[in-house]
Amino acid sequence: MTDLPASGIHGHPHRRIDGRAKVLGTATYAFEQDVDAATYLYPLQATIARGRVRRIDTSAAEALDGVVAVLTHLNAPRLADTDDKEYAVCQSDEVAFRGQFIGAVVAETQEVARHAASLVSVEYDEQPHQVVLPDDDKGLDDPDEVNAGYPSDTAQGDVGAALADAERLVDETYSTPMEHNNPMEPHTSVAIWSAGSGDGDASLLLYDSTQGVHSVRRTLAPVLGLKPERIRVVSPYVGGGFGSKGLPHAHNVLVALAAQLTGGRPVKFALTRQQMFTLVGYRTPTIQRIRLAADGDGRLTGICHDVIEQTSRIKEFAEQTATATRMMYAAPNRRTSHRLARLDVPIPSWMRAPGEAPGMAGLEMAMDELAERCSLDPIELRVRNEPDIDPDSGKRWSGRHLVECFRTGAERFGWADRGEPGARRDGDWLVGLGVASSTYPAFTMRGSTAEIAYVDGRYVVRIGASDIGTGTWTTLSQIAAEALGVEVEGVRLELGDTDLPMATVEGGSSGMASWGSTVVAAVDAFRDRHGKDPEEGATARAETPEHADRKKYATHSFGAIFAEAAVHADTGEVRVRRMLGVFDVGRIVNPPTARSQLVGGMIFGLSMALFEHSVMDARTGHVVNHDFAEYHIPVNADIADLDAIWLDHEDTNANSLGAKGIGEIGTVGSPAAVANAVYNASGVRIRDLPITPDKLIAQSGSTKTGSPQSGHM
Amino acid sequence: MKPFDYQRATTPDGAVALVSDRPGAVYLAGGTNLVDHLRLGIVGPDLLVDVNRLPLDEVGATEDGGLRIGANVRNSDLAAHPAIRRDYPMLAQALLAGASGQIRNAATTAGNLLQRTRCVYFQDVTTPCNKRDPGSGCTAIGGYTRYHAILGASEHCIAVHPSDMAVAMVALDATVAVLGRNGERSIPVEELHRLPGDHPERDTVLEHGDLITAVVLPPPLGAGWRCTYRKVRDRASYAFALVSVAAAIRVEDGRVADSRISLGGVAHKPWRAVKAEDALRGAVVGDESFAAAAGAELAAASPVEGNEFKVPMARRTIVSVLRELAGQSGESR
Repeated sequence: MTDLPASGIHGHPHRRIDGRAKVLGTATYAFEQDVDAATYLYPLQATIARGRVRRIDTSAAEALDGVVAVLTHLNAPRLADTDDKEYAVCQSDEVAFRGQFIGAVVAETQEVARHAASLVSVEYDEQPHQVVLPDDDKGLDDPDEVNAGYPSDTAQGDVGAALADAERLVDETYSTPMEHNNPMEPHTSVAIWSAGSGDGDASLLLYDSTQGVHSVRRTLAPVLGLKPERIRVVSPYVGGGFGSKGLPHAHNVLVALAAQLTGGRPVKFALTRQQMFTLVGYRTPTIQRIRLAADGDGRLTGICHDVIEQTSRIKEFAEQTATATRMMYAAPNRRTSHRLARLDVPIPSWMRAPGEAPGMAGLEMAMDELAERCSLDPIELRVRNEPDIDPDSGKRWSGRHLVECFRTGAERFGWADRGEPGARRDGDWLVGLGVASSTYPAFTMRGSTAEIAYVDGRYVVRIGASDIGTGTWTTLSQIAAEALGVEVEGVRLELGDTDLPMATVEGGSSGMASWGSTVVAAVDAFRDRHGKDPEEGATARAETPEHADRKKYATHSFGAIFAEAAVHADTGEVRVRRMLGVFDVGRIVNPPTARSQLVGGMIFGLSMALFEHSVMDARTGHVVNHDFAEYHIPVNADIADLDAIWLDHEDTNANSLGAKGIGEIGTVGSPAAVANAVYNASGVRIRDLPITPDKLIAQSGSTKTGSPQSGHM
Repeated sequence: MKPFDYQRATTPDGAVALVSDRPGAVYLAGGTNLVDHLRLGIVGPDLLVDVNRLPLDEVGATEDGGLRIGANVRNSDLAAHPAIRRDYPMLAQALLAGASGQIRNAATTAGNLLQRTRCVYFQDVTTPCNKRDPGSGCTAIGGYTRYHAILGASEHCIAVHPSDMAVAMVALDATVAVLGRNGERSIPVEELHRLPGDHPERDTVLEHGDLITAVVLPPPLGAGWRCTYRKVRDRASYAFALVSVAAAIRVEDGRVADSRISLGGVAHKPWRAVKAEDALRGAVVGDESFAAAAGAELAAASPVEGNEFKVPMARRTIVSVLRELAGQSGESR
């Protein structure tokens, strides 16, 4: 790891414990679990956006050789609890969005299942649908709260007066599109149902690709009418989730239903890429009106952030888009709001940095515009508005070193070379620099339990946590080894199984802080009881410790993201030449895997700035560009010189480990940093992500051929 | 996917006979497009005739100084071929602009020509499409049209042909050698693909059973010519063209003596920009005549809602490419 920064390393680099198995292909992901007499499921999906199934003819599918069972709402086992409509799979003839499951074929092979599914004919009674987010908030809902338990609206002071009296004002609307998580490994579930004696003692074994085995069990148990202990969920390796595997989705219920029709044979189901654009969550589109009022020196007097976003008509998910705006900058007058359109669309959910990613894209583009209107350097504007305490809660910061992030990054990145918009040219390319703040809450979730056992001269660490590719196998082993005072090789970690003690979901960038603190507590309990020289078989357990000071503080991570963008003066193509993230994220456990998280997050944000856009067809109600050829994420050629470094500030106010989350903060400031760099390069401000060549050309518009004289497009 | 039979052809004539006699038979070459379509249910052949083992994988000189490229030459191999790189660099650039390394390793020369549109509605069997299901309607019109045609479309279909390689071949006046039931014939690449008209289900002029055996390139353009292939796309690789331009020009005494221009991403076929070439002949080198030439070609453009941007994008890209070829890029402008 020669490219790691020399400073700021807390932990010792350790290669991934699971790396060898993954490279050799021996790591068993859910679909690869070796089960006897497997059958394969292919779903039936609605081809209307709203209405009812009038008739469904499965006879041709049933007649096909190799078909084991055909499931529809007419023969599906009844679920015990259908309150959550996402999980009420095949329980009625209702269709709430296009692509919703209306049944499934189970067959001896995947090919037969898919062919049989194509032979099922369905007739519908169609109803009018609305699938496109309206751009005004008339008639929209005011949700009780937004995701993660935040209030929907907040207000302090008199924003109206501040806006009216502003010496400098930004009043612009920013929009971000519908986006899909798209982990490399699709959502996959293998269900084995044991009927038992028929007296309520049925059980389910589920091999699943999930961010939390215990979350899956806890959520599915009431739906299926099983006691939680009758469900076992196993998930040792996961090929990415980005939030979309944080909770079970309809496919988990579908395989559990289908597995009741196969006489105990396992049912395997891996969603196709196309199906992942309908059934496993997505980021809502957002329309954000942002108003910033400032005095002549660029000191904010008012901040107002009003958001329109969508949810599904059958289940509410309200993205917390404006919550970061509440704590980011000092201003006496502040207001935020979220309004929700209930549409005939698939159900939105968590996507890497839900809320912060789109919300900070808007706010940080607006800050760039304010800096220009104040004739201030964008970094200086942020420094002038740095709050001493959290303006939202009034609490002290557990640790906030944002200004140091900017200073460090400016020096390394060569920020001083930034010129006026459109001023720098390299051949046919216009080149510019941009910057943005990043932030993410530092959550420590309580409710996990870890167990330490001394077996065959090694310490076995048991916790039902997950590794979705982030490095948990390695980092949790390192934390345990450090607490135990042994080498990493002296520890054997077990995770990804509900037979292991309860653990919270791998979400909200909370895994390391939550599970790590729990493991350290378990080690303390073990040492207290068994000392330094334990007997074979000695065990001890502990729950996530209460961190008494934590409630006194506002706990957040921070970062400064720098980007250099090149815009082709003729074609409007955008290429990001350099990016640097400087992060204030507390203690770093394992530098190589941490850097991967931060850099990966930044790539996710670059992708949001330039590429990602799930195109909803208003007429049909489905995302039409539903594969990797048409839905663009960055390829290697899009990622040039990109780096992440971190400051040397452990945050023991946030939790006993001193570590804050790193999974999402890289994503948060990156879209605005890139957008601001595009503006500095081209002089064209695009407020509607993604920033694509067509938008740049349409707004440049001044000349027929791409004006070579002005230096602008 | 629908079950099908599989047979491996051992001679070109044998392959043609197998497919010609069976309406539900298709050729399988690299499979990078067909296999996707089998899974998606876009096509449901009852017989795949595998032509991968046919002896059509050589690149060799022709008597007149051109090149004959076997139908089975893989895109990667063709892009790396010394004669292509030296004498037809525009073609090498176009090949490398297409798809990804893995796909180019599998995709063949003939298969690249015969790949089908990436129209998202064509590729989704739950939406009507005249190309997939004649008479069912065109869902693209009124829908997502960012990758759709601005030239030569019809009320029945606005799809575009997705190949980069073919755009360069059209500019190079390449021809395809076709083996059919009645023997061999030769078709200019420019005439291979059709405009959609009333029959968008027909991508090309080939008849059922026709097998492309080679692409023949005429002798290289020679001294005084400069050429390039420029592809405009959102991301730096692995994306279909919003607009692409294959261009070659020869400048004498500050005037354009001759040119070859074709466009990709704008029509149901690689689009030879004859009007632009005519406008350029004898024109004084410079942005003004380049823009006039682009304007002459694009005067007939009729974008639909959602792809209006392609007209200025195509114009700007043509000008940009010609400026580069005339040596007027960068600070000299």
